[in-house]
Amino acid sequence: MMAMGAAGRYPGATPLLHLQGIVKQFPGCRANDDVDLSIAPHEIHALLGENGAGKSTLVKIIYGVMKPDAGSIAWQGKPALIGSPAQARALGIGMVFQHFSLFEALTVTENVALGLTDKADRVGLADRIADISRRYGLPLDPARSVHDLSVGERQRIEIVRCLLQKPKLLIMDEPTSVLTPQEVFHLFATLRRLADEGCSILYISHKLEEIRALCRRATIMRLGKVVAECIPAEKSARELAELMISARLQPQSFAHSIDNQGTPRLVLDRLTIRSNQQFGTDLKDISLSIAAGEILGIAGIAGNGQSELMDALSGEIPAGRPETITLDGMPIGHDGPRDRRRRGCCFLPEERNGHGAVTSMTLAENGFLSGHVRGALQRLGLIDRRRTGEFARAIIKAFDVRTTGPEAEARSLSGGNLQKFLIGREMLQQPTLLMLNQPTWGVDAGAAAAIYEAIVALARNGAAVLIISQDLDEILMLCDRIAVIASGRVSVPIPVRDATIEQIGLQMGGTAMPDHNVKLPETRYAVSA
Amino acid sequence: MTTLEFTSFIVSIISASTPLLLAASGELVTEKSGVLNLGVEGMMLVGAIAGFATAHATGSAMLGVAAAALAGVAISMLFAVLTLSLLANQIATGLALTIFGHGFAALLGAGYVGIAAPTLPNLDIPGLSTLPVIGPIVFGQNILVYASLAILGTIAWFLRRSHYGLILRAVGDSHDAAHAIGYKVLAIRYAAIGFGGAMAGIAGAYLSLYYSPLWSQDLAAGRGWIALALVVFSAWRPLWLLIGAYLFGGITFLSLYLQGLGVPIPAPFVSALPYIGTVVVLVLISRDRRRIRLNQPACLGKSFHAVA
Repeated sequence: MMAMGAAGRYPGATPLLHLQGIVKQFPGCRANDDVDLSIAPHEIHALLGENGAGKSTLVKIIYGVMKPDAGSIAWQGKPALIGSPAQARALGIGMVFQHFSLFEALTVTENVALGLTDKADRVGLADRIADISRRYGLPLDPARSVHDLSVGERQRIEIVRCLLQKPKLLIMDEPTSVLTPQEVFHLFATLRRLADEGCSILYISHKLEEIRALCRRATIMRLGKVVAECIPAEKSARELAELMISARLQPQSFAHSIDNQGTPRLVLDRLTIRSNQQFGTDLKDISLSIAAGEILGIAGIAGNGQSELMDALSGEIPAGRPETITLDGMPIGHDGPRDRRRRGCCFLPEERNGHGAVTSMTLAENGFLSGHVRGALQRLGLIDRRRTGEFARAIIKAFDVRTTGPEAEARSLSGGNLQKFLIGREMLQQPTLLMLNQPTWGVDAGAAAAIYEAIVALARNGAAVLIISQDLDEILMLCDRIAVIASGRVSVPIPVRDATIEQIGLQMGGTAMPDHNVKLPETRYAVSA
Repeated sequence: MTTLEFTSFIVSIISASTPLLLAASGELVTEKSGVLNLGVEGMMLVGAIAGFATAHATGSAMLGVAAAALAGVAISMLFAVLTLSLLANQIATGLALTIFGHGFAALLGAGYVGIAAPTLPNLDIPGLSTLPVIGPIVFGQNILVYASLAILGTIAWFLRRSHYGLILRAVGDSHDAAHAIGYKVLAIRYAAIGFGGAMAGIAGAYLSLYYSPLWSQDLAAGRGWIALALVVFSAWRPLWLLIGAYLFGGITFLSLYLQGLGVPIPAPFVSALPYIGTVVVLVLISRDRRRIRLNQPACLGKSFHAVA
């Protein structure tokens, strides 16, 4: 019915793609429940929903990666069976994945060639890549190896790869999560141009302002069902968010504390560290301080030294001199992670699997791993099973972790749920300094709000908090001061209320960013004060 | 050293190097697809006895080579099923394959000890093969010597220039990405393992039908392991594989030659030279991470489990 309404809005136009009654059942979860979706020619259509709403499943069905249990797909008015990605591409469907399917050791041209099944398509490929990248404003050098490229450049490879096949429908899965505001601006220009030239776009995101700025129509999913179809420009971001998540949103206004410059708790003095990773970023001359009761956010695009900074702060990589890092005046630059925890630091790295948690161990055991010092979970050098279990239960309860209990293996939890457990594990240790890298990566909006509240509560009780995040909205909403990390350097922190999106965007791009004259629509990231 | 001695010295080095080159070429392709098959030694031995027995029964050494290749494929498929379809650990399975191949070949070969079989012919071009020095070296080698060079050249072209070679490298670099694009990761790896098996089998046949044309269960004498070391030594590049094979082959032969001359260098030390060489090269190239990253298959030794 909804779909008929959609067709009625564009009289005379057959929908390019029309899904009806799509059902996909997984063990224990119905990922898609009677989903209808209709995309018109020339249309930029948003698919909006939280993590776990069934967006990815639906897209995989459209792209032929999964088969639906029930329902029908019509392509340009005719019933279509999409059994594999190759068939989807043959129909004219291209997809840019959230996690790029690229081969690091191969060149741009070789990567693109791998996506082309027809031999004739591969003749003169490098020239055509250069040609398309010029025409659509996607600068790219065909001869370079992928591992030398930035995330933005990698995404361009995926887009160019799709465009070479002259698609009629381009699916973009969370394309902006790794881009600077300037890159987002350019991407949107490219997408609008594509839509004008006749390529429809299915745009998957949970960033509401982007969808309002870009998309003509939106289909909103929640728990596997379509809950609404609307014109996003006619709705406020708040209305969209409420359609997207079941509970009504609590007004999120974490009042930024005013000039609360207490005594510095953590001080970095010209921290310089060579990365131990293969393609890592060296840290250069980083100086900053965090006061008790303050939340400092470090923004930046992935791969600019965030993980190295986190390793230096947690003690996984020792600093050059002990005085380079001081905690409450004590030099701790040579202390290991356990000594730093003993002094009141708690931290959580970005990678949950294998770094933040041991996936093959139970939740209780994972709780013990970082909590045994501050939680006093040892007795006579042995694991105190009873207290460890209680500790895990307390985390599960306080952070609403959906699991069978403390004895569940960490790997059995979904990414967002495990993240909630791990954040809870660090917070319940009552740290005086909390450091988190990507705290809400893969966590749905409701859980993220709970995490934010807990962070703010901790800071108001006198803890210093450092948050490293690629989600600029998150930092602007949550933090008192913001700094930007780019190519291993950290800018001087400034109060969030003095920060402009343009200035931050330029800092995120580093000095290599040539587009100083790009005018960003000011409204797009307006901070609700 | 007389001209004749020099000629025979070079010919001997080429002879000693060829089985290494054959086996290592196959393993290179297998590893480029992301699979580490440590069973080269076992596959060589099974190939050696299969080739020997077939040649003995049919009287044709060439049929023996074909049978050796088939036997190599058959035993490598055992490894492929275990590691690819049943997701067994590749290192453990490869070691098991070597041990199994050793015993299995000895069992099959029990009745062939001390028997002669037809041997593989040398190239013989009238007029050319009898020329001094160049004749025996360039025109008078065993036919598998020429085959090994041709195959390596083809592999180099295949990996660098052909589209299927690109797919093979892509599977070795990121099986998840290759799968996402729609390539059949397992089918490609089955094929690559099979090719490695065939080449190891042929290397075995070269040993049993030409190099020391009598069956003994110690025929391979660690050459499978040297071939494995060679692939790493070459940093997965065909040209360096060729250089390495002749270098290691030369060292192997040198140990015999020096012993013959009565030079007081302990034989075990000379035998260890290829491995010491590999260690040194590994240390040297690991200083340049970029180069390793560009050539070493990132998925080497990792099991691929497609998530639906």
